[in-house]
Amino acid sequence: MDFGSINPVLLIASLMVASTPILLAALGELVTEKSGVLNLGVEGMMIVGAISGFIVAVETGSPALGFVAAAFGAVVLSLIFGVLTQLLLSNQVATGLGLTLFGLGVSALMGQGYVGIRPPSSPRWEFFGLNELPVVGPILFNQHGVVYLSLGLVIGVWWYLRTTRSGLILRAVGESHEAAHALGYSVLGTRFAAIAFGGACAGIGGAFLSLVIVPQWTEGMTAGRGWIALAIVVFASWRPGRVLLGAYLFGGVTVLQLNLQAAGIAIPVELLSMSPYLITILVLVVISSDKRRAAALAPASLGRTFHASS
Amino acid sequence: MNALLKVEGLRKAYPGVVANDDVSFQVGRGEVHALLGENGAGKSTLVKMVYGLVRPDAGQMTLGGEAYAPGNPNEARQSGIAMVFQHFSLFEALSVAENVALGMENPPPMRALAARISEVSQAYGLPLDPARRVGDLSAGERQRVEIIRCLLQDPKLLIMDEPTSVLTPQEVSVLFETLRKLKAEGTSILYISHKLEEIRALCDGATILRLGKVVASCDPREKSARDLAEMMVGTELATPAPRDHELGDVALALDAVTVASGAAFGASLRDVSLEVRRGEVLGIGGVAGNGQDELLAVMSGEVTLAADRVHLHGKPIGTVGPNARRALGVLAAPEERLGHAAAPDMSLVENAALSAWVRMGMVRRGFINWGKARKYAEHVIAEFDVRTPGAGSAARSLSGGNLQKFVIGREILQKPDVLVVNQPTWGVDASAAASIRQALLDLAADGAAVVVISQDLDELMEISTRFAALNEGRLSEPRAAAGLTIDEIGLMLGGAEVAHA
Repeated sequence: MDFGSINPVLLIASLMVASTPILLAALGELVTEKSGVLNLGVEGMMIVGAISGFIVAVETGSPALGFVAAAFGAVVLSLIFGVLTQLLLSNQVATGLGLTLFGLGVSALMGQGYVGIRPPSSPRWEFFGLNELPVVGPILFNQHGVVYLSLGLVIGVWWYLRTTRSGLILRAVGESHEAAHALGYSVLGTRFAAIAFGGACAGIGGAFLSLVIVPQWTEGMTAGRGWIALAIVVFASWRPGRVLLGAYLFGGVTVLQLNLQAAGIAIPVELLSMSPYLITILVLVVISSDKRRAAALAPASLGRTFHASS
Repeated sequence: MNALLKVEGLRKAYPGVVANDDVSFQVGRGEVHALLGENGAGKSTLVKMVYGLVRPDAGQMTLGGEAYAPGNPNEARQSGIAMVFQHFSLFEALSVAENVALGMENPPPMRALAARISEVSQAYGLPLDPARRVGDLSAGERQRVEIIRCLLQDPKLLIMDEPTSVLTPQEVSVLFETLRKLKAEGTSILYISHKLEEIRALCDGATILRLGKVVASCDPREKSARDLAEMMVGTELATPAPRDHELGDVALALDAVTVASGAAFGASLRDVSLEVRRGEVLGIGGVAGNGQDELLAVMSGEVTLAADRVHLHGKPIGTVGPNARRALGVLAAPEERLGHAAAPDMSLVENAALSAWVRMGMVRRGFINWGKARKYAEHVIAEFDVRTPGAGSAARSLSGGNLQKFVIGREILQKPDVLVVNQPTWGVDASAAASIRQALLDLAADGAAVVVISQDLDELMEISTRFAALNEGRLSEPRAAAGLTIDEIGLMLGGAEVAHA
C-alpha cells in the first residue's frame, strides 16, 4: 500500500476530466426534464455521439469537427424520440428505453471499421503559461476545451432557466402544459428544442469519452454513464449547481477508487468499483431528503403526454 | 350603446356535436355582459373562439369596429382581450411575478414587474405578494394573480369563465368591487357563470345559450333568477321540495375527532364531534381548505382512528376501512372528481364497479360480474341523466357536471344508510344541481342520514335540516337550518373561536 503515490492535484485535475461526460449529459437531461419530457435515452444518445464524433474526427483529422458531428448525431437521435413522443404520443418511458437500445446497436454498427484506431489527439488549453502555476495550474488552466464548455454550461443553464423569458416559458411548459397552451405558448416547439438540447449535450459528452478520455472506440464504451446522468438529475432536484456536485462527486470517487486500486489497498476491487455509484446516490439522497421541497422542484408535467384538445 | 365586440353567426362543430351554431351577440363598451347556459351549452367553446384558442368554422367577429380573427391567444391579447380561466391557468411551482410575466406580451424585467404588481394590486384592493409561490396561495389569491395578470395589459375586454365557483362569499364581494371599478373605467367584461343571483347583481346584459344556440338575450336585472334558469333549461324548473318526515335515531356519530392533515395545504381536524340522524340532512358549510376533505375521509374510512371515535348505530367503527364501511352502509362521494371520486382513465362501468361492488353483489369468488356492473352503470346514467356516449366512455371524457351526476348517482342508488358528499353540485348546472339536491332529499326522506359538505350556502340552506360550520378544522355547534339568518351563518363561518370562547 502506498498512498504517497496519489497526487491530490493530479487527482482533482483528472476527476474534472472523468466527470465531464456525465456532467454534460446530465445538464442536457435537466433542461429536457424541466420542459416536462422524460428522455431515458441518454445512454443511447451518448454512445451515438461517441461514435459519430469519433468517425468524423478520424476521417477529417479535426477533433473540433468531431464534437460538432457528435452533437449533430445525437440530436438526430433525440429528434426521433421527439417525433415519437411528442407527435405520435408514444409513451416516454418505453420510447426512451428503446432509444437507448437502438443507440447502442446503431453505434456498434457504425463503429465496425473503427475499432483499435487512435483518434487525432485534441490538445489541452494552456492559457499563455498560466498552466505552469503550482496547484491551480493543472486544475484550472490546463484542461480540454470541452471541460470549460461544460462548466460554462452549468452557469449558462442556471442563468437561462432563472432569468430569461424563454427559460421561464420552458419551466412553465414543464410545470403545466395545459396552462402554457391556454396562454398561447407552443408546448411542442419548446419541448422539441429542449429535447434537441439534451441530445446535443449527451452527444458531446459521449464524444469527449471516445476522443479525449479513452481515447478509442469500443462498443458500449459509455458503460452506464447515461443512467448515472439520469439519476444525478433527479437526486440533484433539477438544479444545475447540484448536478455539477453530483457529477464531480461521481467522477471523483471513480478516479479515487482507481488510484486506490493502483495503490494496492486491501479492499476488494468489486467493492471499490461499486463505490462511485453508492456514494453519489447516497450523498444526493441525503441532500434531497426534504420530500416536500424535492416534490416542489420536480416539473409537475414530467413524462406526461400532451395533446392539444382543439 | 356603442358595441366593442360584435359576434356574428359563429359556428364550431366537433365530431359528433355542434358546440356553437349561428351564435351572435355583442358587448358594449363598459358593459358587463353575461353568457348563461347549462353545462355543454357551448359557453366555453364560444369564449375560446373569442380568445383565439379555437378557430370558428364559420362566422365573423369585429372588435372596436374592425374585423377580428385571432389565430392564437397572443393575438387576442395584443388586440386587448384578456381572459381569466375557469380552471386556473397558473403554474404552481412558479412565483406570482413569474406567473404574471407569462401572461404578458412584453413583460418588464422582474423587479420592475414586481413593483407594478404590488402597485396595481393595491389600487384594486387585491393585495398580493409578487415573490410568493402560487402553490402556497388560496383559491381566492390565485384568482387575484390571474386578474392582475389581465389588468397589467390594460384590456379592453376581460373574459371571466366561472370566476366565483371556488371563492368564498367574502372573496366574491371583493371580486365584484374590482369588476365594478373596471367597468367604471370603461373596461368591458364578458362574464360566464351558473350563479344567477351573481349575474343579476353584476351584469347589464345577458345572452342565453342552449345546446349551442342563442335562445334569448335580456337584461338580467329585470328578470328573476327563476326566469333566467328556465330560459337556460327551456322548461320549468323544479325546486327541491323537502318532504315532511320524522327524524330517526342517530346513525353516524363522531366523538372528539382530531386528525392531522396529510395534505401540504390542508387543515387538521380539531376535536370535531357530530351526530347525524336517520332522515336528516346535516349541512356543513365553510371555506375550502378548512378541513372538509379531512372530515370526509374520517367518515368514509379513508382515515381510520381509534374504534370509539366513530360510531354507526351505536357500534364503534373507527378502525374500519372504506370497503367494510360500504358494506355497513356508509358511502361517500368526495369533492375531487377526477382522481378521488373516479379513476380518470377507466370507463364508467369500471368506475361504477370500483365503489358499488361491495353492496351491489358484483363480485363472486373474486371475479367481477361485468354484466351486472354494466347494468348498474347504465342504471346510474339513465336515472341521473348523465350525458355520455355510453357506459364504456372513460370518466375523463365526461364534462365536470356530468361526471358529478354520475359520481353522486352511483352512491345514491346503492341505497346507503349514511351518505357523505363533499361539494355535490360543484360545476353542475342549475337543473342538474336541482335534481341532485332532490335526490339527496329523497334519500333522507327514505330514512338515510345525509351529510352534505359544501361551500354553496344557498344550497345548504335549501336542503339542510341542521347546519354547522367548519373553520380551521373546528366544527361549530349544529343549529336548525330553518330560520338561520345570513348574519348568523356568517358568524358561524368566521367565528368558531367566538362560539367557543
